[in-house]
Amino acid sequence: MKTFNYHTPKDVKEASKLASTSSAFLAGGMTTIPSLKLGLATYKDVIDIKSIKKLSGIKVSGKSVTIGATTKHAEVAASKDVQKAIPALTKLAGNIGDAQVRNRGTIGGSISNNDPSACYPSACMALNAVIHTNSRKIPAAKFFTGMFETALKKGELVEAVEFEVPEKADYQKHPNPASRYAIIGVFVAKHKKEVNVAVTGAKSSVYIDKDLSKKLTSSFSSSAIEGMKLDHSEMNSDMHASSEYRANLVSLYAKKAVEAC
Amino acid sequence: MASLVGSRVERKEDGRFLQGKGRYTADINIANQTYAIFVRSPHARAKIKSVDTSKALKSSGVVGVLTGKEIAEDKIGGLIAGWAIRSEDGSEMKVPANPPLAKDIANFVGEPIAVVFAETLDEAKEGAEKVKVDYKVLKAVVDPADAMKSEAIHDGVDKNLCYDWLLGDRKAVDEAFAKADKIIKVDLINNRLVPNAMEPRACVVDYNTASEEITLYTTSQNPHLSRLVMSAFGGVAPENKLRVVAPDVGGGFGSKINVYNEEIVCSWASKKIERPIKWVAERTESFLTDTHGRDHVTHAELAVSNDGKFLGFKNETIANLGAYARVFGTVTPTYLFGPCATGVYTIPAAYSNVKAVYTNTAPVDAYRGAGRPEATYTIERLVEKAAMELGIDKTEIRMKNFPSEFPFKQTLVHTVDSGDYVAGLEKAKQMADYAGFEARRKKSEANGKLRGIGVSSYFEACGIAPSAAVMSLGCGVGLWESAEVRFNPTGQISVFTGAHSHGQSHDTTFAQIAADELGVPMENVDVVHGDTDKGTFGMGTYGSRSLTVGGIAIVNACKKIVAKGKRVAAKMLEVNEDEIEFKDGEFVALKSNKKKTIGEVAFACYLPGQRDEMKSPIPEGDEPGLIESSFFDPANFSFPAGSHICEVEIDPDTGNVKVEKYTAVDDFGRIVNPMIVEGQVHGGIAQGIGQALHENTQYDETGQLMTASYMDYTMPRADNFPEFNLGFTCTHATSNPLGVKGCGEAGAIASPPTVMNAVIDALGGQEISMPATAEKVWKACKTMKKSNAKAA
Ligand SMILES: Cc1cc2nc3c(=O)[nH]c(=O)nc-3n(C[C@H](O)[C@H](O)[C@H](O)COP(=O)(O)OP(=O)(O)OC[C@H]3O[C@@H](n4cnc5c(N)ncnc54)[C@H](O)[C@@H]3O)c2cc1C
Repeated sequence: MKTFNYHTPKDVKEASKLASTSSAFLAGGMTTIPSLKLGLATYKDVIDIKSIKKLSGIKVSGKSVTIGATTKHAEVAASKDVQKAIPALTKLAGNIGDAQVRNRGTIGGSISNNDPSACYPSACMALNAVIHTNSRKIPAAKFFTGMFETALKKGELVEAVEFEVPEKADYQKHPNPASRYAIIGVFVAKHKKEVNVAVTGAKSSVYIDKDLSKKLTSSFSSSAIEGMKLDHSEMNSDMHASSEYRANLVSLYAKKAVEAC
Repeated sequence: MASLVGSRVERKEDGRFLQGKGRYTADINIANQTYAIFVRSPHARAKIKSVDTSKALKSSGVVGVLTGKEIAEDKIGGLIAGWAIRSEDGSEMKVPANPPLAKDIANFVGEPIAVVFAETLDEAKEGAEKVKVDYKVLKAVVDPADAMKSEAIHDGVDKNLCYDWLLGDRKAVDEAFAKADKIIKVDLINNRLVPNAMEPRACVVDYNTASEEITLYTTSQNPHLSRLVMSAFGGVAPENKLRVVAPDVGGGFGSKINVYNEEIVCSWASKKIERPIKWVAERTESFLTDTHGRDHVTHAELAVSNDGKFLGFKNETIANLGAYARVFGTVTPTYLFGPCATGVYTIPAAYSNVKAVYTNTAPVDAYRGAGRPEATYTIERLVEKAAMELGIDKTEIRMKNFPSEFPFKQTLVHTVDSGDYVAGLEKAKQMADYAGFEARRKKSEANGKLRGIGVSSYFEACGIAPSAAVMSLGCGVGLWESAEVRFNPTGQISVFTGAHSHGQSHDTTFAQIAADELGVPMENVDVVHGDTDKGTFGMGTYGSRSLTVGGIAIVNACKKIVAKGKRVAAKMLEVNEDEIEFKDGEFVALKSNKKKTIGEVAFACYLPGQRDEMKSPIPEGDEPGLIESSFFDPANFSFPAGSHICEVEIDPDTGNVKVEKYTAVDDFGRIVNPMIVEGQVHGGIAQGIGQALHENTQYDETGQLMTASYMDYTMPRADNFPEFNLGFTCTHATSNPLGVKGCGEAGAIASPPTVMNAVIDALGGQEISMPATAEKVWKACKTMKKSNAKAA
């Protein structure tokens, strides 16, 4: 590991100021630390944001669930309030990686990193989340811009993620047997007026599957999408799963999610 | 006194391991040590045009940089193949030089080219980045099936062929096949596995400039053997100037048998730079450079009669050695594989032909089971397919071909001394509720799932012996084991063994044996291993040999202690030796019932003069002290055997395979500690299920290892397994006085075919290769659906 300057800013402002083109925020460190150790990334400054109190915690109101950026997956998984409002979200958090990862990894780190096979981005998309940063509010649909890319600018920090409470929702994931990330994950959310089917793992970045969403909006039942063949031409194909297999899984897990709602 | 042998004594080593008090090589630090980082080839095959170390030498904190040039100049020898195998035509095997630092050509990704020593680890890494190697990249040979048609990667190794070995009689086999009603054929790939010991390899070297002695702390399964190899072949130091210590070692599974490049280089370099050196592999280095396991491509045939008798067996295998032939690399796919490939059956005619090839991949060597898992997979896939094609029950066809008596003269090499294969399979059937399977299958089907059952009956040959036989088959050393038992004057006992424990629980098992032999509490016995300065000599631990060979050496040394004790006690009690009986730790004069405990006798052994009324108790002709040693060379291998039954359920929509039930019935002869044996079986089965369903080492066509981390290489986890249902039958081994058989590898030997037979059964006989990953199974389910639709 190359040497770097380690900072522990006391507030968001200071954290943001310290940021440069050669810096990283350190939240759970589940991505940043292995990248440093493997030499995949080198930073001049590592800005540890874990001790900024404001960034952690869960708030539930009637219409929304707001989760602070440095809230750990294990905390979300164990939250009774979240469980009551959006059980699909506690389920998602409780199935991320393994116990060690869940006890360190954070929601802010997860969405800022935007790994194409991460789970949270799909929840953000399906639950019409709004990402609160230190300078603005970004709707999820505009936040995830590509593989490992987001709308965040230099020095911009995610403070919290605000999810809309749906009528019903479920998350279904086919884990990569090695890493336990998602080979594909499907988040189905039934809102008052529409149904969103968000898919992670299948393409270069999370997306809403328009066909599945449309079919389920007109009839929210598993039979509406039973055996639906999806176009796999843009889906990922790698040593873990071919695009054809992924397409089959997306369709199948969407159905499972509807059935579990 | 109740016998300790046979009881579930808790492990002596648990205290230190569970509390994080283990002392591993990486825990050892020597004052003033430097840190080593190796510069490794990023290419699978490349000419090394030049190595420029000038910038690295100037890098901050760098103490030294050494390359293949210097090590060649110092005439340090390379890595070796431990067994000389001859081809069918009588020619000797072709073994390329394997220098510890590659000088002219690199032959796999990760092969060490140079080494940098620095004051800190980070400085060593910085320095290593500044070593400039100019490569000319060559086309890599990766696929073993194509290796013989590809350009030769080593000078003088035509067709990349190490040997083309034959065991058996082709003509007899042809005749048997001509008479058969049916020929069953399989094409199999035994997937390459990365051993993944929990502790990565490491070494710490301390060179004493005054005594000129090198102390090497290393992650080895066999420290004495390491010293021998490094001294005799490496020329690193004379044996008396080289001390090898393998302290706590976190798993080996065969991957820590070899003396590796890093240990040779650091030992040599420590003397050169006159500084201690520490090297600890990172996980990626383990993936790239630990010896891998398996990697066979096999075509096999079984000739059968319509009533299910086996008539003949053919085995044509290509074994991938990787880039170089290593210690057990050449014997694993021959004598450890070929003879066992006819399994637990009487087959009148058989042969195994193995072509071992070199490729630009990590060297392949022994991995838990070494050759026997590959053999069992070959025959047990064939047998299961034969049952299916002949419409005979899969257990019945096995029973039909089991030997009717023991000793069982196996078709190719072994004479199996004892066993009861029928009893094992019957017991497994009962425990697995074999008869109730069809009902469970129907229930799964009603839920839209496919259920399958698979059986495998295996035997294996472990505790390789005797030395005379193995040396006649090409082994470079004898395979005996030694022990020394030291009875200290104050009553504690140190048992030195040449075996090495890296997960096998020798501290406990060996103490149980010694305590029983000497009639003392187990707490008084300490088992000492892993240090060439402590104890006599030893061949180490692999091939399930520790108890059957090393344990018996302990028994024999203890018997010598008791024999001497008898003579001394007789003198102390003033009776004739033949009037003394030794029982429960006491020497008793039969007539008078006067006694001396073994502790009193031991104390007396150290007092050869006069003391109070007691005159020297040492009989004439005996020496003072109570220390005895033994070298044990068994008369034969030991032959554990058994039957395993597995049930899987497949979700045809996803292809997910769930192991629902796993039953293992094994015959390990007499069992010293059932709890430890069960642990060994659990671990072996877990590794076998890993091979069958999860683990898949993949190189791309340029020889890059695609699965070089846990993000991509699937290690099985606890939630991949059901509870294992274990049972035992017992026939004693006749080749050793305890009647014990090896148990360390059986689980990994029996389980891959058991699981695959179940998967293939669920798929209606459709064959798929290991690992049966979800996508592969899903595809097979689709094909099955299509053919079912057609049939309907
Ligand atoms: C073995 C393993 C398995 C995993 N399995 C899963 C899985 O199944 N599903 C899943 O979704 N994820 C999985 N993960 C990812 C993990 O859950 C974390 O979400 C992820 O590693 C990033 O979160 P972190 O808090 O560790 O971020 P860090 O590693 O600390 O940071 C990651 C990146 O995010 C940036 N960052 C962090 N916080 C902020 C912020 N508040 N504002 C702006 N930028 C920020 C950092 O600058 C850095 O670039 C797995 C990880 C591992 C190691």
